[in-house]
Amino acid sequence: MSALAGLLRKEVYHILRDRRTLIVIIVLPVLQVIIFGYAIRTDVDHVRLAIVDPAPDTVTLAIRARFNAAGVFQDVALVPRIEPLEDLFRRGAAQGALVFEAGFAERLARGLPSGLLIIADATEPNTGSIVASYATAVIQGYQQEAPPSRGAVHIVPSVRMRFNPTRESSNLFVPGLMAFVLTIISSLMTAISLTREKETGTLEALLVSPLRPWQIIVGKVAPYLVVGFASVVGVIFEARLVFHVPLRGSLSLLLIEGIVFILVSLSLGILISARTSSQRVAMMGALIGTMLPTMLLSGFIFPLESMPWPLQAISVVVPARWFVLVARSVMLKGVGLAYLWQPTLVLLVMALVLLTASTRAFHERLDQ
Amino acid sequence: MTGDLAIDVQDLTRRFGAFTAVGGITFNVRVGEVFGFLGANGAGKTTAIRMLTGLLAPSSGRATVAGHDVARDAERVKRDIGYMSQKFSLYEDLTVRENITLYGGIYDLRDRDIRDRSARMLANLELEHAADQFVRAIPLGWRQKLAFSVALLHQPRVVFLDEPTSGVDPITRRQFWELIYDAAAAGTTVLVTTHYMDEAEYCDRISIMVDGRIGAMGTPAELKRDFRVSSIDDLFVQLARPSGSSQEIRRSGGQTLQETRRSGDLS
Amino acid sequence: MTASTGDAVMAEGLEKRFGQTIALAGLSFSVPRAELFGVVGPDGGGKTTLFRILATLLVPEKGTAHVLGRDVVKDLWELRRRIGYMPGRFSLYPDLSVYENLRFFAAVFGTTIEREHSHIAPIYSQLEPFKDRRAAALSGGMKQKLALCCALVHRPEILFLDEPTTGVDAVSRREFWDLLAQLKASGMTILVSTPYMDEADRCDRVALMQGGRLLAMDTPKAIAQSFDRPLLAVRAARRYPTLLALRESPHVHAVYPFGDTLHYVDARAQEPAAAIAAELSKFLASRGFADAAVEPATPTVEDSFIARMGAPEGTRAA
Repeated sequence: MSALAGLLRKEVYHILRDRRTLIVIIVLPVLQVIIFGYAIRTDVDHVRLAIVDPAPDTVTLAIRARFNAAGVFQDVALVPRIEPLEDLFRRGAAQGALVFEAGFAERLARGLPSGLLIIADATEPNTGSIVASYATAVIQGYQQEAPPSRGAVHIVPSVRMRFNPTRESSNLFVPGLMAFVLTIISSLMTAISLTREKETGTLEALLVSPLRPWQIIVGKVAPYLVVGFASVVGVIFEARLVFHVPLRGSLSLLLIEGIVFILVSLSLGILISARTSSQRVAMMGALIGTMLPTMLLSGFIFPLESMPWPLQAISVVVPARWFVLVARSVMLKGVGLAYLWQPTLVLLVMALVLLTASTRAFHERLDQ
Repeated sequence: MTGDLAIDVQDLTRRFGAFTAVGGITFNVRVGEVFGFLGANGAGKTTAIRMLTGLLAPSSGRATVAGHDVARDAERVKRDIGYMSQKFSLYEDLTVRENITLYGGIYDLRDRDIRDRSARMLANLELEHAADQFVRAIPLGWRQKLAFSVALLHQPRVVFLDEPTSGVDPITRRQFWELIYDAAAAGTTVLVTTHYMDEAEYCDRISIMVDGRIGAMGTPAELKRDFRVSSIDDLFVQLARPSGSSQEIRRSGGQTLQETRRSGDLS
Repeated sequence: MTASTGDAVMAEGLEKRFGQTIALAGLSFSVPRAELFGVVGPDGGGKTTLFRILATLLVPEKGTAHVLGRDVVKDLWELRRRIGYMPGRFSLYPDLSVYENLRFFAAVFGTTIEREHSHIAPIYSQLEPFKDRRAAALSGGMKQKLALCCALVHRPEILFLDEPTTGVDAVSRREFWDLLAQLKASGMTILVSTPYMDEADRCDRVALMQGGRLLAMDTPKAIAQSFDRPLLAVRAARRYPTLLALRESPHVHAVYPFGDTLHYVDARAQEPAAAIAAELSKFLASRGFADAAVEPATPTVEDSFIARMGAPEGTRAA
């Protein structure tokens, strides 16, 4: 039985026997994806809509019906005049309001511009702009289907959010979430594993053996690749089943990219723990070294394009940035390796560099 | 109620499920005595000490330490005793002074008392020069002596020492024992466990636990005479290898049934 | 004793420091093959550092060391195949069983338990009843035997054991040293460090290390006999008061407890012990210790070591 095989088998025992670790590795990513995914949705539901319709007619009723049917709005008040709106907004009873001019249908039929005021409560700017855009979309939908009035030119702006027509934010977030979860778990696991050996004193016994540093490192990384793969499968499942994120590209490609990404994170964990002998320090290092960059600089939550260029430059070395790109492309756009060879290459190079660096950083003696 | 008995143990028993760690031990320790509590790893010493220091409730039997019942008054027991073990004594990332202040605070000593006693302690141990060093920077022998003194900081009536001189060189061990004698002369009762059989000879009386019971008890001289051995080491070996079938198992390298059920280091 | 080329260990001028602390201050010695060589000394004296250098785990700042004829710095990969090492604390995997630990270390060295079975049989037979027990659940003595087995499984030519019996009970210690004697008889060179003086007695030669230096190195008998002052043993009922009284006797050099007696060392090197014994009895009687029995004693290795180590700073010895 070769030395490396012996190492791998030992590591598998550790993984299987430390039940807490096992739970963390397998259950936690899944749990995180669910919790984060639901919490971070910036969808707005049940927008409380107040309607000012001084003289309800067929058109206003038709438009109001459309709003109801959109499934996003909830009528909370119907008033004939504009004055009560102030109070409704102040109290927070209404988040948005639709104000019809008197004689709406009549003016439309005569080709005169009809005024329709959309008011959105912008104290929460996100909600405000979303209400406004939802409302606009409903109106435009009506306009498209309404009979053109005599002589009027209808311009139908086509605002469609490509690949995310219903604007469900899950589709954008979940790939980023996958990267977030996978990188934290992977780097944590190797960091913990290596420093645990240092703390129990077994590393000293390993060092005095003929095992070379690269063998020890491979023996630590390889078993967690398998575990990480299970996590990748897990989060993809979650994305599909719970958030209904589409998978328009190749599943195998996504899995392979996931494995490469995990390899990068595992190596990062080893590098972090090569220089410390405390489990706590290694865990902190792994968390800070992966969580913060991934959260802030991978395009997960904050779009990269709107960042100042120094940060964009830094993001190039954040592995998660590349995997988020890959995951979104594969899942939402359905592209293949032809388009993704560049980010894939970046990830592979990162894995190589980190593994080499950690082998170098790993002393073959107790000091060097 | 206890007269001049610092520790009074009657039929103390502790079971863990089906397994009996301590099977009814009876002994006592007089005030100011230095009592050696010996036994192989796994014989039940640590469990017994845990009961006597109020950390573990007995399954049956009674024990009184410093006048308090260990089952009913565990908290009072803890306040009147000192404890030092080789596994943990002082915080390595605190300085000497900080450790003393910490323990003083834990035992509710007044600031003035802490200051006075710590000054005296440091002078006694000739550690004044190291008072502001981290404990981890001090050699093991010094640390052990310091830990012992800190255990005595609140002037307890009984102090429990669990392998306090483990791994320490002969000279420092003797210095440690002089600290023990000093304390005993001042009226503190000392119960100490050790694997150094020559230290067993330093005690006023010793007991040897085997498989959860007390296999022998008395002064070192008495025991050597009764068992017809010339050293406590030989006595220990003889007791830990009883005659009969268990001896056979031992001779072939195995452990007795009791040990098989319990062969963990229960400390 | 000059080193011969066939020596198992040859160290020359080893120096090592950690920051401000000097761990080894220039150590030179050699150990012939098949010797059972003991190293004793206070904690922090450099024993562990020395063993780690010899086991290729540390690099000395100055000096050289050769194990089995190979340089420990340059030939570390070859040496790691041929030496066995037990670090100072338990170094095995607590969540693996006895068998799994052993199998792992065998694999790491490119062999199997089955292949080495006859070689490790004396120790493994003691462990075999517990082969499926997790290492964490073993008693202290069993753990050390397992560690020894794992260090031996690849048939090393030399063993470095750093305090293998610290914290282990007297019975297990004896069994452990019986195993060491068997190994030595089969030709293995063994270097052991230990805090127990009775174990020092079982070695072929013993070295005393303190402050990173060798204070003495010879057979236990020679070391014992090198004691150069009169030594007496005092037996008294009230040990501690007797000890304190003895410290005040006019020509005392040192007094310390020693098993069931007190050892008294007189400062006058030339004075015959019997005469001193009589003096001392009278002195003790005058202090109220008429029951004390005083007689000359034969120095042991321990007495010699205590004499050589001297009192570290801050002792209350006389």
